[in-house]
Amino acid sequence: MISKGFVHKYGDNIDTDVIIPARYLNTANHQELAAHCMEDIDKQFVQRVQAGDIMVGGFNFGCGSSREHAPIAIKASGISCVIAKSFARIFYRNSINVGLPILECADADKIAVGDELEINFDCGEIHNLTKNETYKTEPFPEFIQNIIAKGGLLDFLKS
Amino acid sequence: MGMTMSQKILAAHCGLESVKPGQLIMADLDLCLGNDITTPVAINEFEKAGFSEVFNKDKIALVMDHFAPNKDIKAAEQCKQCRQFAAKHNITHYYDVGCMGVEHALLPEQGLVTAGQLVIGADSHTCTYGALGAFSTGVGSTDLAAGMARGKAWFKVPEAIKFVLHGKKNPWVSGKDIILHIIGLIGVDGALYQSMEFSGDGLAELGIDDRLCMANMAIEAGAKNGIFAVDDITLTYLKEREKMLPTVYQADDDAEYTAVYEIDLAAVQPTVALPHLPENTKTVAELGEVKIDQVVIGSCTNGRLADMAVAAQILRGHKVAPGVRVIIIPATQQVYKQCLELGYLADFIDAGCVVSTPTCGPCLGGYMGILADGERCVATTNRNFVGRMGHIGSEVYLASPAVAAASALTGYISAPKA
Repeated sequence: MISKGFVHKYGDNIDTDVIIPARYLNTANHQELAAHCMEDIDKQFVQRVQAGDIMVGGFNFGCGSSREHAPIAIKASGISCVIAKSFARIFYRNSINVGLPILECADADKIAVGDELEINFDCGEIHNLTKNETYKTEPFPEFIQNIIAKGGLLDFLKS
Repeated sequence: MGMTMSQKILAAHCGLESVKPGQLIMADLDLCLGNDITTPVAINEFEKAGFSEVFNKDKIALVMDHFAPNKDIKAAEQCKQCRQFAAKHNITHYYDVGCMGVEHALLPEQGLVTAGQLVIGADSHTCTYGALGAFSTGVGSTDLAAGMARGKAWFKVPEAIKFVLHGKKNPWVSGKDIILHIIGLIGVDGALYQSMEFSGDGLAELGIDDRLCMANMAIEAGAKNGIFAVDDITLTYLKEREKMLPTVYQADDDAEYTAVYEIDLAAVQPTVALPHLPENTKTVAELGEVKIDQVVIGSCTNGRLADMAVAAQILRGHKVAPGVRVIIIPATQQVYKQCLELGYLADFIDAGCVVSTPTCGPCLGGYMGILADGERCVATTNRNFVGRMGHIGSEVYLASPAVAAASALTGYISAPKA
């Protein structure tokens, strides 16, 4: 699987309250959630984002609440992958469970806003086409690959 | 190699003699929890995947607490969806308006969790039940859907950090000050993916309400779970509301920890976390004069009877400072009723506070005390992120019930007078 798009860059400790504020959690509708994604720290994000774009953060991305609405909002906004130096564990789990690819990458701070990236999930490589650099990431463990291959956790459990 | 408390509970729930950090396991669940925000997403996934039955109607708890009593039409629709699902599947532990309370105060109080259990909840503060010696952790809605359908969840066995508590705490210092102190020490990702295991002779200083508060905020250090060694205080609490027999696990003497912190309780002072991260801690004594507009006393962190008792003791016979709005939210119907019987509600009302029916409400910026631009609140809640309680230009300072109540009287962040 390959993903290609432009970067939206954020800092450390991006919490689920800024990814999707709780005032919008009175709906489970994916498009409604996407319409408010990141609005408390980046009001223009939803206007700027194009299908396939990539979100990049620092340490502890997705900390805070367990709301699955956070990865749902990011995915429904068109983002094809989130890259960060580290992820909060519930966010990591939820992203896999909703099928949002998510990569831990120590070189995340080498990536700048607007860079164009091409990600090869099979070998865990991120190519920065703007800077002509390549960053290595850990591919998913086999257990997680099986969940993704089955199309998500529930289908994995049914099989 | 020995195992930690958390590793022993996980091993017991996947039928293995022992487990190692990093090992992926599929484990059997004793309880799955959802609320009115996370359950609708889980129900959609459950039904989309074609499941028609829950694995065990007695091992699912659904609590309508976040935006209930319904804050608006959409919230009403979400509660209705949960109510219909609970009725269809005959869910035993369904809590709606009239019997509901803030979930992590309610479940321990009702005796739905005991030592040695494995619990997941689609709410990040599910780690609260570690105070009772259970392994409990927050997950998302898809995990809840899978749990409700199959009674199972996958886990990566965590490493652990050990916190050994010693000595006696100072007057007006509570579990909240201790956990804020610890989060200030290790940071908001200081325990990422790991267990926080609490033990030591200092546990004798901590009642169950203090421990529930501390385990509750383990997630604020990024932890997978927080867990307390089981002692007589735990067993007495569990016996009073016994529905199931506890299973007591102790960490092995040769269990491995990634770090060990010795915490001298006598060194912990009334502590607050400044905006906009729980790790931005200072003692109240280190703060200058920080004026406030609102005080919130309640939540799954500090809405229990011990919290209400401290607030009543400080507010009794005094008046709230002019210009400060004080909102007190007993976390469950039982706490609310005990506040009534003990005269706390009269103390609060006479002091000029408002008392609300149980709800998560303002903690997550839902309703019942939203902040305007530039406003500042002292709250006994658990998060002070940007916009958490309202406008992105508002500020939340996290504090204990004692500090919140004392601040209500002075109008700026204060510790009670010794």
